[in-house]
Amino acid sequence: MSNSILEGESAGFRQAQSPAQAQSPASTTAVMSMQQALNLALDEVLAENPRTLVFGEDCGRLGGVFRITDGLQAKHGEQRVFDTPLAESGILGMSVGLAMAGFHPIPEVQFDGFAYPAINQIVCQIARMNYRSRGTLPMPITLRVPSFGGIRAPEHHGESLEALFAHVPGLKVVSPSNPHEAYHLLKYAATRPDPVIFLEPKSRYWQKGEVDAARHDADGGSPTGAKVMRAGRHVTLVAWGAMVARCLQVAGLAAEDGIDVEVLDLRWLKPIDAEALAASVRKTRRAVVVHEAPLTSGLGAEVAQLITQACFDTLKAPVERVTGFDVPYPSGDLEDEYIPNIDRILFGIQRVLEYKRG
Amino acid sequence: MDTLPPPASGESAAPPTPAQLRELYALMVAVRHLDTSAIAWQRQGLIPGYAPELGQEAAQVGSGYAVDTTRDFVFPTYREMGVARTMGVDMVAYMSTHKATWHGGLYDPLESRLAPIQAVVAGSVLHAVGWAHGQTLDAKDGVALTYFGDGASSQGDVHEAMNFAAVMKAPVVFFVQNNGWAISVPTERQVAGGSVAARAAGYGMPALQIDGDDVVAVLEATRRAFEHARSGNGPVLIEAMTYRRGPHSTADDPGRYRSLQEERDGAGIDPLERFRQRLLADGTADEAVFATALAAAKAEAEQIRTGLTALGSRPGTEMFDLVFQETTPALQAQAASWREESEHV
Repeated sequence: MSNSILEGESAGFRQAQSPAQAQSPASTTAVMSMQQALNLALDEVLAENPRTLVFGEDCGRLGGVFRITDGLQAKHGEQRVFDTPLAESGILGMSVGLAMAGFHPIPEVQFDGFAYPAINQIVCQIARMNYRSRGTLPMPITLRVPSFGGIRAPEHHGESLEALFAHVPGLKVVSPSNPHEAYHLLKYAATRPDPVIFLEPKSRYWQKGEVDAARHDADGGSPTGAKVMRAGRHVTLVAWGAMVARCLQVAGLAAEDGIDVEVLDLRWLKPIDAEALAASVRKTRRAVVVHEAPLTSGLGAEVAQLITQACFDTLKAPVERVTGFDVPYPSGDLEDEYIPNIDRILFGIQRVLEYKRG
Repeated sequence: MDTLPPPASGESAAPPTPAQLRELYALMVAVRHLDTSAIAWQRQGLIPGYAPELGQEAAQVGSGYAVDTTRDFVFPTYREMGVARTMGVDMVAYMSTHKATWHGGLYDPLESRLAPIQAVVAGSVLHAVGWAHGQTLDAKDGVALTYFGDGASSQGDVHEAMNFAAVMKAPVVFFVQNNGWAISVPTERQVAGGSVAARAAGYGMPALQIDGDDVVAVLEATRRAFEHARSGNGPVLIEAMTYRRGPHSTADDPGRYRSLQEERDGAGIDPLERFRQRLLADGTADEAVFATALAAAKAEAEQIRTGLTALGSRPGTEMFDLVFQETTPALQAQAASWREESEHV
């Protein structure tokens, strides 16, 4: 089995032959890629709320470098969907003023690494304006960031920013793992009155999956909660973004060895659904958290602490972390060595299963 | 320097009336008195810190007087007390930021049309561009007025803001108070080329470099700039040349970077005294007018002092309640443990 993040469809989603073939007129379910699901969500958000605006570098005529905004300018007009000059601080600073004027900006930063030039506007302005203004100037800004690695992109095009943003008071952070989640989480985020950093796993943009537009969670779960993507009894894999599909692959392989793995898609990285973490690990009594971001001070540490706090008495082993390394994100040739792969996740599972109390 | 085309309507060209001139004087006196009072209050321990604007009264009152608070919006730094006062902002609520009551001040930004006090140098210049573009999208005629200084002109956000505004023809007036000093660094070591206004040409934006110590010149320039921006012609840059006669803040010691002689030479004539002489010379006002203005300013400062003294700390719950519109379970849990551990509830 290949370890490439681009290959290997997740076990949880059926592969469609083509969108047209998969669409059924009697059903609200369609099979589409995450790129299509995000595009559909933005299209609907623009139609439903006349105060929403979609903008950023190349978001208008081109439809974005990942085509997430494809066709939206033609449909909703150049005032609602537009290109900005090439300056990220400008895009986010302008978003603050638009929000103050009563709009709901949905800006795009073209790639994760280019959120850094806008960090003052995101951290010192967007995150604090509601607080600074005592709630009179809310910041309903949904910042879309094509995120994480796995596409052999140039430097600064494969960063994992979730821990950085989750650490900032005043921001909320979410990352979808598949087309269905992408559609619903973006539609939800784009109706919130608070700033949401929406981290899109760019390596999953082109994988297809079923999107049920009518219903987000079949079990009636909260749109702000985590979601069990595969139930299991022996160990919980905690992941988000592109790592969810990889963990589902791992779960399938582990099942062949009789290991029953539960996969929990955290979805919201701030606020983290601590109750869902506790519920899962109370049952499995073992947990491995998987993320692409570097190990030290990554969100895996936060997840491990939340689990330990809630499940200390029943944990069979310390929570394991399988993550990227404390190195600058490497060139494409080495990214498969960096991103947690199937073997490393399986080793993590093995460590928690074989742990013996000293 | 003046590259702003003459106004189409001539509406903004009308000189201020004698009554307006006297009002401008009264505002400058009120601002001067509150400013010097605030320094005293800091020394007395009523407020922990303050950023004086001594010498910038003409620049702030003159520009703030051009604002139409029914449709415009103003984006201040931390040194725009004179603008706030001129716009009619509740000054106890404004000064509360200097009492360390609440970062952005306690005034309502939407009602007062003044954005929260901004401590990041050049932090809100881009916000003005976004707000102004919102006016274009809503087909409204409000203008965003954004203040910054010669030091802030070094920030990249100022470049991004001017470029965005010019590309989008956003109705923004960029108002630079070039007060000669960015804390300890003089303009000649801050502004390459020597003029912020000169940079406007690169953005295809008209600019005015004006005597920022002449309140009438400031008012007239700002009115012209507003009319230009309001008529859909895009942004304007005004560089008001003035002088920071006091320290950067009550924690600063200008003696470490400029001599008293340099200060006197650089500051020139006090803008308030200059305006007084002018009003006397043309008969617009007399000593009785000045005395009335001073008495009113003193009474007002005393009222503000009383208000500030009475102002208690905000309840600690607000730390948690005002982070989000929709709070989070983690924040609620932290608020609960804070209450339990600090209030022994």
